This record gives sequence, structure tokens and C-alpha cells, in this order.
Amino acid sequence: MTITESAPAALARPVRAPGTLRLGLARGGIEIKQFFRARDAVVFNFALPAVLMVLFATIFKDRIPDAGGVTVSQLYVAAMIAAGLMTTSFSSLAIGIAQERDEGTLRRLRGMPMPRASYFIGKVLLVLVTGVSETVVLLIVGVSFYHLHLPGSALKWFDFAWVFLLGLTACTLTGIAASSVPRNAKSAAPVIQLPFLVLQFISGIYIAVNTIPKGLLAVGAWFPLKWMAQGFRGVFLPDAAKSLEAAHAWEYGRIAMVLGAWCVVGLLLCLTTFRWKTRRDG
Amino acid sequence: MNDNAVHVRGLRKAYGGNPAVDGLDLTISTGEVFGLLGPNGAGKSTTVEILEGHRTRDAGEVAVLGRDPGRPDRPWRSRIGIVWQNDVAPGELTVRETVRHFARYYPAPRDPDEVIELVGLSEKADARITALSGGQRRRVDVALGVVGRPELLFLDEPTTGFDPAARRQFWDLIRLLARDGTTILLTSHYLDEVEALAGRLAVIARGRVIAEGAPSSLAGRAGKTATVAWTDDEGRHELRTDSPTGTVAALGRRFSGEVPELTVTRPSLEDVYLDLIRGTEGSEERPS
Repeated sequence: MTITESAPAALARPVRAPGTLRLGLARGGIEIKQFFRARDAVVFNFALPAVLMVLFATIFKDRIPDAGGVTVSQLYVAAMIAAGLMTTSFSSLAIGIAQERDEGTLRRLRGMPMPRASYFIGKVLLVLVTGVSETVVLLIVGVSFYHLHLPGSALKWFDFAWVFLLGLTACTLTGIAASSVPRNAKSAAPVIQLPFLVLQFISGIYIAVNTIPKGLLAVGAWFPLKWMAQGFRGVFLPDAAKSLEAAHAWEYGRIAMVLGAWCVVGLLLCLTTFRWKTRRDG
Repeated sequence: MNDNAVHVRGLRKAYGGNPAVDGLDLTISTGEVFGLLGPNGAGKSTTVEILEGHRTRDAGEVAVLGRDPGRPDRPWRSRIGIVWQNDVAPGELTVRETVRHFARYYPAPRDPDEVIELVGLSEKADARITALSGGQRRRVDVALGVVGRPELLFLDEPTTGFDPAARRQFWDLIRLLARDGTTILLTSHYLDEVEALAGRLAVIARGRVIAEGAPSSLAGRAGKTATVAWTDDEGRHELRTDSPTGTVAALGRRFSGEVPELTVTRPSLEDVYLDLIRGTEGSEERPS
């Protein structure tokens, strides 16, 4: 047991510290590795939206009149992709970071020479990988069993891409901000899941958008999820299905505006409220 | 500011009006192994957290490696190492992956595999941290504390939960690091640990240093009266004397040879420590 050829500690410096981006990539690597190794969490995060999708799309599958032959199943599949995206970004970050804070992982990281940005780069990479995988899983299920049609035009794919990225960004930032709400690791899951569940109901995820009471949908319209689901319906459903929307249009301009606004709000919340320590750590 | 690793003058910190640290002075020279003792709630942890850059202070002059820990930056953080009181959160990474990952944060880290060997986890290097015992997780903590080749290492109750053999192994590791030039600030409840490792120590009570010195001479320990004990036909005898050598010599003549069950003891560090903090317990600030 020896420390080989180490000069007195003070002589080893100064050497250039590794860059923020490189450490961010390294953090992304271990975040992803940890995520996929925790089997229970993978099952819960990935399977839940898929299971719900199968349940809803199987129970409610009637053709909707005057909507270009669209079935309720197809509505559910598009909406569930939005909900799945929000699960992998918003709720998994809000719960995960709250737990890391309570367990002292964040405080530990702050005691090391890690640029703050590297931590967040790692989280963004985790969300990107899990969000894309989740979406691929849901698309495969939707296309295979529920007559979901992948978009045929480049323009629709473009719409899909920016709704995906803007929605993911908004939900990631608000998820990081929301991680400061739970007081400890144990309360994190219920404190985050309950409002998220309510939001899914009033955003036209579990209740098809053409049957949900208008007043509830109007409340849901303040939040990103309703707009993400709407954007995905516009991509995956024929244009005749516009008639089911509250505005009888896909409203891509408004989708961009609301999601963009939530990105700004989320970023401001992160910058002003993020804490590396728990309240009791002072 | 100066060449000392840690320089503290008049440090104060209060929680809700109750002083936890109340005018504390501390100087730790570069290369020293320094022990910090004190009952729970004495202000030990608060002091250490301020030095680590994790807590703000209300008043006082503080320099750690020549810098104000109230404004920590990356180069400064890469020169200190921290072994936290609580265990590392059990993760799904292996020991090797964890140590390798965190080594990347530092400009001139130690070789991760060498560090794993140093803390005695070579056989568990490919085990996930979730699969480790409490004592083994603690060693992962120690590995993460030293992997950056720190100039100053904070050890907060490092051997809690260790079995005796693991503690001895850990002590060897600390001595090795100290020989390597690392300054070490050790807080511990185990007085034998502090006595074995620390060149100097301070006892904190009610937010102040109430005694400071080498473990062997703390609070006049070296000069204090020794107790000579022996056994004869009438039973056990104890004699407190300022001249134990003379007493033993006299006993030797009396028994003309071996004195049965002869012991000569001076007050242990624990005796001195308990004397020092007697009456200072029950201070109201938050526990450490």
C-alpha cells in the first residue's frame, strides 16, 4: 500500500482543470448509466405511459364522427407521447433532483471542483436520451397496434421536431425548478406526481380533447402539456381532425409562444430558486 | 495571507440568535494532522462547514489555504478534499466507475485504481455501491475525498461504523497521506483515534476553543500526577504521586524483585477531555 511517485501535494499544481462541457458530457454518461441500471425506475418511467396508452387506446377505440376517420385510440396515442415526454423530463427531474438534494448528493458535488453548468448539462443529456427512447417506444406501440400514421411530409417532421425540443426544454427547466418544492426525498414523488396527474387530466391526455369540459381545458391551456399534445396531434392525425380541437385549428404559432414562454419562466425559476443544499443545511 | 493551511480569528456564527460558534480562534500549519474534539452541539460541525466553504459566517477572519472559504472558487475547491459525515448515497455505479468519474473533476488527480487499493476496496472495485456494506461505503467516501490529491483534507467522523481492523487500516492510510504532505483536519468522537493520528488538537465547547495542544500534553496532561498501582497480600493499592519513578523503585526494593501487577498510569486523553468539557454541556445550539 503505497502512494507511488507523488510529489508533495502542493507541487502538482497548477494544471488546467477539465472543461465545463467535457465534465457535462461525463456527467451525462453516468446519469444515463445510473438511470438504465435502476431497473425499477426504468420500468416505471418507461412502461407507465406505454401501459396507460395501451389501456386507454384499447378501451376507447371508436371512430369519431366528422373527424376524417380518426379513432379515439389515435387521439390517445398522440396525447400519451406528450405525457410520456413530460414524465421523462418534468417529473423524473423534479423527483430525482429533490432526492439528490435530500441525500446530500448535491452538497457533495458542490464541495468538488465541478462547474455548476456541468451538472445541468448532464441532466439535459439524461432527459434527451430518456425522452427520445420513451417516444420511440410509444411510437412503435402506436404504429403497430393503434393505426398511428407517421408523418408523411418533411414539414410535419419539422413540426414534430420543434414541438418535441421546445416542449422538452420547457418541461426540463420547470422540472429542475420544481425540485425545490418537496421538503425531502420521501415526499418528492407524491408532491410532484399529484399535480402532474391533475394536469394530465385537464390537458386532454386521459380524457379525449373533444370530450373534456371546455372550462377545464382552459385551465390546462396555461401549462405546456396541453400544447405539446395538440402539436403532436397535428403531426400524427389527418388535418380533418382539427375540428376536434377547441380552436378548430392546430395553432402552431400559439404552441410555439406558450412553450417558448414556459422555457423563459422555467429558466428564471431555475436561476432564482435552485438550491444545492436543503433548508436545514442553511 | 500567511503560510498556515487554516487561519481563523474571532469566528462567529449564530442560528436564530443562538451562537453556535462564538469567537473561535484556530491555526493549523501546513502538513499538520489536527484533531478537533468537542461534544455534540459544541460548534464543531458548523466550524468545519464554514472552513469547507459550505456555510456562511457572521463575523471573523478566516483563511483556508490562503483564501476566504466564504467565496469558494473552482481552483480552491480542487485543492481541498472532504470526507462527509454521512455516507455516500448508494448508487448503481460500481466503485471503480465512481472513483474514476470524480477523479475527472480535478486538475491533477491520483490514479483511481491506486486510490481504490489505498482504501482497501480493490476486491470490491467492480461491485455496485448499492451492494456495499456501510463500512465499505464509508471507504468510498474516503476515496472520493483523496482522489483529487488535496492539499487539505477534511475528515468528519471518518471511521464511524468501521470494524476495528478497518479502523487500523484507515489510520495507516491517514498516516500515509500525512507523510505525503497533506494537511488533515480530523473531527472524531473516538479519542483514541485522535490520539493516534493527530499531532495537535483543539477541544471546542460552547463555540470556543477551550484547550489546545499535543494529545500527550493537553491541559497539562504530561505533568499531571501519575497513579502507581500494585497488589500485595492485603489486595490492590493505588498511590497518586508526583514521583512515580521513585515510588516504583521503592516498591522494587520492598518486594525485592517483581512488583505484582504493577501499573503506572497517567490521565488518559479521555480523562482530560471529560474534565475539560464537564459543565460545558447542555448548550442550546443545534446538534452537530
